[in-house]
Amino acid sequence: MDTDHHEITVSVNGVRYQRRVESRLLLSDFLRHDLALAGTHVGCEHGVCGACTILLDGEPVRSCLMLAVQAKNHEISTVEGLTNKDGEYHPLQQAMHDHHGLQCGYCTPGILMTMTAFLNENGSPSEDEVREALSGNLCRCTGYQNIVDAVMSAAERMRG
Amino acid sequence: MKPAPFKYIAATSLEHALALKAEHGDDAKFLAGGQSLMPAMNFRLAQPAIIIDINGIEDLAGIRPSGGTTRVGPVTRYRALQRDAGFAQLFPLIGEALPHIAHPQIRNRGTIGGNLSHADPASELPAIAVALRARFRVQAAKQERWIEAPDFFAGALTTDLKPDEMLTEIELPLAKPRTGSCFMEIARRRGDFAIVGVAAMVTLGDEDKCTAIRLAFCGVGQTPVDASPVADGLIGHTLTEEALRDAAASVQAMIDPGGSVHATADYQRHIAGVLTERALQTAHQRVHDGH
Repeated sequence: MDTDHHEITVSVNGVRYQRRVESRLLLSDFLRHDLALAGTHVGCEHGVCGACTILLDGEPVRSCLMLAVQAKNHEISTVEGLTNKDGEYHPLQQAMHDHHGLQCGYCTPGILMTMTAFLNENGSPSEDEVREALSGNLCRCTGYQNIVDAVMSAAERMRG
Repeated sequence: MKPAPFKYIAATSLEHALALKAEHGDDAKFLAGGQSLMPAMNFRLAQPAIIIDINGIEDLAGIRPSGGTTRVGPVTRYRALQRDAGFAQLFPLIGEALPHIAHPQIRNRGTIGGNLSHADPASELPAIAVALRARFRVQAAKQERWIEAPDFFAGALTTDLKPDEMLTEIELPLAKPRTGSCFMEIARRRGDFAIVGVAAMVTLGDEDKCTAIRLAFCGVGQTPVDASPVADGLIGHTLTEEALRDAAASVQAMIDPGGSVHATADYQRHIAGVLTERALQTAHQRVHDGH
């Protein structure tokens, strides 16, 4: 079969990229290989682990379950866009650091993207709500407690 | 690359999508939310030659009241259903089941039509569609037909859809007055596939006697299992604890779960009985609580 290619324009963290992609290229691989944004991690590649979570038009989705060509004309946010212009951490990144919310760090980008979107929608979550929101992200190191602590602490800090 | 090569076509309208499907038949797959199709393609269990992306067809998403029913477009995402407070109020079974369907990231992308067309027997919505007596509008390029929910599900991951057809609308009838409903499931972890799930509806009449009952299960067969007929003995009676126990025993005798590494068939049968009692009891209570 001849390879099938498409021209796409996609915005990632506010930067517009124009690329020619093969139709079977996953969005996760597009971000990592074509755009060299390797902060988005790839774990299971079938939608279970959550490591590849990115924001599509502001909502967390699995980038391993989307084709790059489907991102055409959409806005993507990845972990590389979380810090502010001065390189200062997002409050959740700082809280993850403060509360030892990561050990190996492999799951962290997916967790940050999931939970920053969650905190934007729910500024005063209960611990149960945090655990529910976190349920689609696997972490094999921490046992989750420190991640939950970090999210609760970030929520408090973001409320000011 | 994970998936095998394919040709990708973004359909610009329903007519376009159906014309492509008529041309390519089983060689082509519609891509809706992709939360089941993409994993299958990443494993190369599915290797369609053509992918027809229907995400760009705006007419296929949305919730529309229509007489005594509500019609839902197939590309309506779980998240959109969850965010529509009015919808969850009209169809509390669906509202109650949605948090059990995978995880937030999956619900942001997965669609009701994709779920139903995938026809996973452990999935919640097929069983709920059966309990609600939903009807499915199915279209091909030149004709359309309506299928009753139980007739749509032909087997595990198999529907009555022909190679040139698409599920284009889900029609949900409103519940009768004085109907209470309840969805419950047991899974190893929240968001996992159900070991057993049950959708129950109870309608009460004069003197609180039961006038109608619906009971449908996921996870216990090759398709969603409609156990309403074996619970019919409750009609005309008050739902006492004993009556509910009898109904649970009838359900246990009727179902034929397959068992898996996570749950033996006996365990599934046991759970189905427990859930039958609990769900009918809760649905019954909700008639009185008014929700």
